[in-house]
Amino acid sequence: MLADWPLLSLVVWTPIVGGVLVLLAGDRAGTGAKRIALAFALLTFALSIPLFTGFDRDTALMQFEERVPWIPAFDIYYHLGVDGISMPLILLTTFATVLVVIAGWEVIRERPAQYMAAFLVMEGLMVGVFSALDAALFYVFWEGMLIPMFLVIGMWGGPRRVYATIKFFLYTFLGSVLMLVALIYLYHKSGSFSILDYHQVPLGMREQLLIFLAFLVAFAVKVPMWPVHTWLPDAHVEAPTGGSVILAAIMLKIGAYGFLRFSLPITPDASAALDWLMILLSLVAVVYIGFVALVQEDMKKLIAYSSIAHMGLVTLGFFILYTIAERGSGLRGAALGIEGGLVQMISHGFISGALFLCVGVLYDRMHTRLIRDYGGVVNTMPAFAAFAVLFAMANAGLPGTSGFVGEFMVVLASFKADPWFAALAATTVVLGAAYTLWLVKRVVFGPVANERVAALRDLDAREYVVLGALALAVIAVGVWPDPLTEVMHASVENLVQQATSSKIQMLAAHP
Amino acid sequence: MRYVYLGIPLAPLLGALVAGLFGAFWPRLGRTACHTVAILGVAVSFVLSLVVLWDVTLNGAPPFDGAVYTWMVSDGIRFEIGFLIDRLTALMVTTVSFVSLMVHIYTIGYMHDDPGYNRFFAYIALFTFSMLMLVMSNNFLQLFFGWEAVGLVSYLLIGFWYTRESAIRANLKAFLVNRVGDFGFLLGIAAILAYFGSLDYADVFAAAPMARELTMSLWPGVEWPVLTVICVLLFIGAMGKSAQVPLHVWLPDSMEGPTPISALIHAATMVTAGIFMVARMSPLYELSEAALSLVLVVGAVTAFATGLLGIVQHDIKRVIAYSTLSQLGYMAVALGASAYAAAIFHLMTHAFFKALLFLAAGSVIIAMHHEQDMRKMGGLRRYMPVTYWTALIGALALIGTPGFSGFYSKEHIIEAAHGAQRWGAEFAYWAVLAGVFVTALYTFRMFFLVFHGRERMDEHTRAHLRESPKVVTVPLVLLAIPSVAIGALTVQPLLFGGWFGEALRVAPEHDVLGRLAAHFDGALAFAAHAVQTPPFWLAAAGVATAAVVYLWRPALAGLAARVARPLYVALVHKYWADDFNEIVVAGGARALGRLLWKVGDVLVIDGALVNGTARLVGLAAVVARQVQTGYLYHYAFAMLVGLLAFVSWLLALTR
Repeated sequence: MLADWPLLSLVVWTPIVGGVLVLLAGDRAGTGAKRIALAFALLTFALSIPLFTGFDRDTALMQFEERVPWIPAFDIYYHLGVDGISMPLILLTTFATVLVVIAGWEVIRERPAQYMAAFLVMEGLMVGVFSALDAALFYVFWEGMLIPMFLVIGMWGGPRRVYATIKFFLYTFLGSVLMLVALIYLYHKSGSFSILDYHQVPLGMREQLLIFLAFLVAFAVKVPMWPVHTWLPDAHVEAPTGGSVILAAIMLKIGAYGFLRFSLPITPDASAALDWLMILLSLVAVVYIGFVALVQEDMKKLIAYSSIAHMGLVTLGFFILYTIAERGSGLRGAALGIEGGLVQMISHGFISGALFLCVGVLYDRMHTRLIRDYGGVVNTMPAFAAFAVLFAMANAGLPGTSGFVGEFMVVLASFKADPWFAALAATTVVLGAAYTLWLVKRVVFGPVANERVAALRDLDAREYVVLGALALAVIAVGVWPDPLTEVMHASVENLVQQATSSKIQMLAAHP
Repeated sequence: MRYVYLGIPLAPLLGALVAGLFGAFWPRLGRTACHTVAILGVAVSFVLSLVVLWDVTLNGAPPFDGAVYTWMVSDGIRFEIGFLIDRLTALMVTTVSFVSLMVHIYTIGYMHDDPGYNRFFAYIALFTFSMLMLVMSNNFLQLFFGWEAVGLVSYLLIGFWYTRESAIRANLKAFLVNRVGDFGFLLGIAAILAYFGSLDYADVFAAAPMARELTMSLWPGVEWPVLTVICVLLFIGAMGKSAQVPLHVWLPDSMEGPTPISALIHAATMVTAGIFMVARMSPLYELSEAALSLVLVVGAVTAFATGLLGIVQHDIKRVIAYSTLSQLGYMAVALGASAYAAAIFHLMTHAFFKALLFLAAGSVIIAMHHEQDMRKMGGLRRYMPVTYWTALIGALALIGTPGFSGFYSKEHIIEAAHGAQRWGAEFAYWAVLAGVFVTALYTFRMFFLVFHGRERMDEHTRAHLRESPKVVTVPLVLLAIPSVAIGALTVQPLLFGGWFGEALRVAPEHDVLGRLAAHFDGALAFAAHAVQTPPFWLAAAGVATAAVVYLWRPALAGLAARVARPLYVALVHKYWADDFNEIVVAGGARALGRLLWKVGDVLVIDGALVNGTARLVGLAAVVARQVQTGYLYHYAFAMLVGLLAFVSWLLALTR
């Protein structure tokens, strides 16, 4: 019965419809609009759970597929489906949106209905990105989700929000234009907009290189990878808490997801030829950004830089498979790296979201994000301090929290490729702890720094719920990650297969 | 038996959760309930450890190696949580849970007036769980989990009094220095997975002899044996956790934590995790001569150099902390000499007598109203008889007085270093031998300054001096018993009787303890014979020096400082290790971060590239705008030039 429902469509459109309803209800409805928003967010989350429970772990094929013609003139279909790579990300999206709606409950005083509506619409579009199997549909969702985020930062953001939104928009938009060109080129080559057909289409080396670079620009901006990362700290600093949470927890993942869905399977030879570049940029992100994070004076900037460094481990995990293959002792370790990257994505969604929420809790009370304005918060907010230390430890990759799992897998896998990759990646063990715990020392511990800290009140019930839910998620994945990795195996193995099968040889065989 | 094994770590975990969560969210639970549940958890754990010890020793049960649950499967590799219960584990869990139980009871008295009472019990119970998970592990994943979890609790407890700037500096420092070690440890684990394809001890140890010939290229032209790389990387982890030079700097500062913690975590158990780990990995280390030499030399440097530092400290806890560093160096020397059993033996005896010394120091600190400066003590033996006598027992055990537990363990480490046929062994022998004098000197300097001599405290403190309550003195007495007796009782089976069986593997050509066995005719004869050996006279000389300088001729201390001024300055500055770390390492990292941020991100990427592009577009528009003058003759002139250029190009093309 449940299996016959168009679940994916429901998960995409329920929040969008909900968003429209919230807009219609408007702020005149008082808390009514917020209640509708929460109801729809919860409903969407509930609808997404069968995607996990009903998921067939033994196949790499797309599941929960839906396919109806959309624009027949160009062979464009409304085609949705998920595999073990995208499904966990969809659950992360629906989970995070519920928390963002709750977190914004009393904090957003200006036009709360529009705020909630923006997040609901964004949720639907992001789920669309993760589930679209038609390139045109994917592109529509991809660009569409920028609009609500643009509005969220532009309307509810900080004083320099205009600079930040324009930077954010230009960066990501310019990146995606090149991707659009690549997608259209692939349409001409394969005769359809189906992403699965793109995976099969034979391509020469020069084509692959150009397509790979076009994708790279689009995805690298989103991840973001060094050196196209500078929009992220600005966007985070200006965004309201909810915007930061979604940006860090979900939007960054979309770039990394692109590498798995497009770059590796569509341009395997170019990926193999340019893997050194990807590994280099990833390691620069881990080490360089780690040092930069150390000296930040603004809490949100620090966490933003920490996100870039952690995403460096994700892209490292994705692109070490070619070096492992070159070693000539099989592909053992390739899947570990990719699954490690995926686990890191999910975990970073929890942890960065939680850290931004923690900053939000402080910001709502003190209206400053500068580290030097704080000190000794634990004295007045012991419960908050407990959560903050937990999430800081998770960010530093402490075993028993989700932050450890992905880091561990990627470092282990990259040693297989080259011990020096592992050594550079493992600097995160020191750097991550250094910038995170130094932050904790200055903000949370110590004597009460000033009378504003002395007047702080501890978490209220709403904040307890949000941080508590994330804490449970962080610990659950840390103590038992198997249920999460289990769903990935078949799809990741298939991906490793695709990424290591040369398309040039395919072209030679069937010219 | 599986449920017994499971119960050992889970009982304290349950205690920690109840004390932590209920203690925080439900204040009515109260202090008594909190400490009862925490102590009950550890007590259950101790009783179950005794059952296990009984089982493996008297019943001769074979080692148990089994999984509890599958943590994760990825890439066909099963990562499991599981237990390896052999005699090494049994000895460790018994030691850990016993000392932990003593410290739990002691805490009732020591932390009596602290507002963080419940939190403290939650932390130490959590620590006990983590430490037990570490020692019971049958794989590297869980080992790393325990390793980091004890580090976390250590961090929380060093910073327990979180409003003190010195405490929160110390806990950050401790965590980060340990993380430097963990960097190596993690890479070592990665290397093991890369070359053995499994993280289970059993698989790795079975495959290790085959990996002997494997080499890996660190950089072009440099080939190292894989096993040496693995062992060195793992030992870097041990250097962090067990505070070996140069990663020793965090341990003295960790004394910022409450004293029960110094006893439990920073003396008896957690800091010995590195020693335990190397012993556990003996099947790997035995295959790498180079790694063992490294362990030997690092241990020897630590044993001697940090012992010297203990002589110039004024804070009673810091003296004991440096003593711990020095003793950890002794254990590392034993490991490096392939005398793993001696290392574990010293680990055990040290756990008892060092916990005793720390708790005795804590008892003194309570009596002194939290004064830790020994210059303000003196003559306390009259006021605190139980503390005095138990501290004396601890001190005698520490300096290796014949018959006491520390004697049997330390003597054999010195003998093992003497007998080892390895690069660095001779240096190590002289270092640990000289260390005997140093140990006796700083130990009895402390002892005399605290308990004998003039009473240097103020009147108010003196008026309130009295012996500590029963909850404090009973653990002291209970720890004093093994500090005296455990050595003589267990030296024969542990070192020479092959008690550890397969748990510690020693290659026949490395077996120094086996060669020593020929000269060993029982504990009593060994103690009687000791009077003829250099260590005995060195220790006696150390005590005598301390007595002369600190009891009868205090002026001599100042004279010595003047005569050996360079050495004295180096010691007072702790060999400048902290200054180096603060200025070069921490300062350098911050400077580099600021450089990369301000120059790399702000100036180059944002300034030149991003906003530069925007400015360039704007600038181009400004230039282009100049052309649009509105004067007809300007346009006409431009047309003419353009036409001319176009025609010339055409002509050039067609020619």
